[in-house]
Amino acid sequence: MAEEKKIKVLTGNEACAEGALAAGMRFYAGYPITPSSEVAEVLAEELPRLGGVFIQMEDEIASMGAIIGASLAGTKAMTATSGPGFSLMQENIGFAAMAEVPCVVVNVMRGGPSTGLPTLPAQADVMQARWGTHGDHAIIVLAPFSVAETFDLTVRAFNLSEQYRTPVILLLDEIIGHVNERVTIVDPGSLEIFNRIVPSDPPDQYKPYRHTESGVPPMIAYGEGYRFHVTGLAHDETGFPTNSAAEIGRMLERHHRKVEQARDHIVQVDPFMMEDAEIGIVAYGSTARSARHAVRLARETGKRVGLLRLKTLWPFADEEIRSYIGQVKSWIVPEMNLGQMAHEVEWALAGSAPVTRLNKVNGDPISPPEIYQIIPG
Amino acid sequence: MDKFSVFSSRLVDKSENFTSGHRACQGCAEALAVRHVMKALGRDTIVAMATGCMEIISSPLPLTSWKVPWIHNAFENPSAVISRCESGMKAMMRKGKIPQKKINFVAMGGDGATADIGMGPLSGALERGHDMVYVCYDNEAYMNTGVQRSSSTPWGASTMTTPGASWKRTQKKNIVEIMAAHRIPYTATANIAFPEDLERKLRKARSIRSGLRFIHLFASCPTGWGFAPADAIKISRMAVLSRAFPLYEVEEGERYTINSGGDAPVYDYLRMQNRFRRLSDGDIAMIQEHVNREWERLNRKARG
Repeated sequence: MAEEKKIKVLTGNEACAEGALAAGMRFYAGYPITPSSEVAEVLAEELPRLGGVFIQMEDEIASMGAIIGASLAGTKAMTATSGPGFSLMQENIGFAAMAEVPCVVVNVMRGGPSTGLPTLPAQADVMQARWGTHGDHAIIVLAPFSVAETFDLTVRAFNLSEQYRTPVILLLDEIIGHVNERVTIVDPGSLEIFNRIVPSDPPDQYKPYRHTESGVPPMIAYGEGYRFHVTGLAHDETGFPTNSAAEIGRMLERHHRKVEQARDHIVQVDPFMMEDAEIGIVAYGSTARSARHAVRLARETGKRVGLLRLKTLWPFADEEIRSYIGQVKSWIVPEMNLGQMAHEVEWALAGSAPVTRLNKVNGDPISPPEIYQIIPG
Repeated sequence: MDKFSVFSSRLVDKSENFTSGHRACQGCAEALAVRHVMKALGRDTIVAMATGCMEIISSPLPLTSWKVPWIHNAFENPSAVISRCESGMKAMMRKGKIPQKKINFVAMGGDGATADIGMGPLSGALERGHDMVYVCYDNEAYMNTGVQRSSSTPWGASTMTTPGASWKRTQKKNIVEIMAAHRIPYTATANIAFPEDLERKLRKARSIRSGLRFIHLFASCPTGWGFAPADAIKISRMAVLSRAFPLYEVEEGERYTINSGGDAPVYDYLRMQNRFRRLSDGDIAMIQEHVNREWERLNRKARG
């Protein structure tokens, strides 16, 4: 029997909701905020039909708290928001990182700071996604550049959060969230789905924060007969709070190690015409669409330009960028913020090639001609 | 029969502190209610307003509908912001930096800003006992973001996040009782279909000079509730006459006075609105029972 393919025209927000359902997400808690509300509206319709739970909470603090609880009870859980709501979620995102609770937080970026530009795009939450909550913590952040990729990366966000027991942030921007595009919905059975590893130990020997080789402790759901403690305080392998310097250091080292040693699996880039490029553009999200067009325009005039598109923002693709040292003579980093990723690119290159920044924070997207114009040669 | 000798709208203050030309939807009862609120409060008023419909429609600079100092702030913050205005200006008056003057410090927020996200800051302002008026305009959902349910959405209503047959199955949060439980000097419900009562309550709130006075202002919403704009006042009136939204006052958290009557079946009120169209007659009978129970409860309190 031929594989059934369904073609739909969706917005990025709708594709995000569809991707989450395909990944097995069955618990959504959220709070209305432009430009992300459609994610909630689709799930309010769909989740009850699938036996899942949709709940609208009293604010974003409670929404984040609810998905942590749902995940601890064994369900894949998600929330979606935008800038101001993302700020309110930060404390509980830290809790999820500390307690190693898999969950997916979608931030459809709008102009900021504060109330900012509720209906206009920005990419200014890149650093907040990395460092928004206090303390050294590991995190994974993905950023799709099309509606179809929003579906794929939403599924991937769940897989990574389950595999590494960590919150995963999916950064959309207002353009990706609201643009309508064709999406081929694949049979959910054909998707690669990763579910959290459950312990093989009997309940009396279970340690919820065991120091495993991968750095990821097996995780059992509450209600399965295992008794264990979860806290935002520094804790040892049993999950109970500790003040032992050795234990605390070991725990935090493991939190970072579990993501760092898997960075080759987590980090994804999409090179476009980079094979012979002497000028490289690093872009992500909706800006990468303009960058790709600018590359085509420049290629028509014989310029050797390529685009290295980031699908994973954090951990940062430093090794992938460094692999072009010697070949690429100069870089351009266009982004709808004041240079949050350009700084990382400069850092990765350590002065080996010049980096030109193209920044825009007035709510207008960066257009292909704007990028084309600054391509040298 | 002197009640027929005065055309009551002539009694309304002619000054406009919330002016026309704003961008509210046709038939927005909320914008009309805010206009009357501002007539009653007068020019010596500072307003801090949460993000929401009223903020968006009234302040697209360089245009503004506000003839008073007006501060927009984040969703959860109007109580905190106006608390600081009050404390700050009173300190400046005490130090002789600005003239002594009676100023109305007013926080405004929708039902989401008040009963959901802003509940903590509001409760904090109540506990501190600031001299301020809080006006919650309640259109029973998050209308600004496109009609999502709030904790003030009534049982039985469909919204974008309680869609279709999955209409909301929890009761409307009773914000007035929560306010009264803080033992504040004055709490009242008001409705634009009864403008004289509305203005009287706002003037009374204005005249009390200590502690927080809370006005729960009912506002029908043609866009969110699904009815013709011309029916905005009719539906607001039906909310009161069917006792779904009774008008009453609570002084010092214990002296209850009921200001409205009517015994229209709640069926007539609900059947005028699309948001309740999925309800069966049996569902509506349950709402009627709930309304009766709440009315009884209110009457018990009013009898003391």
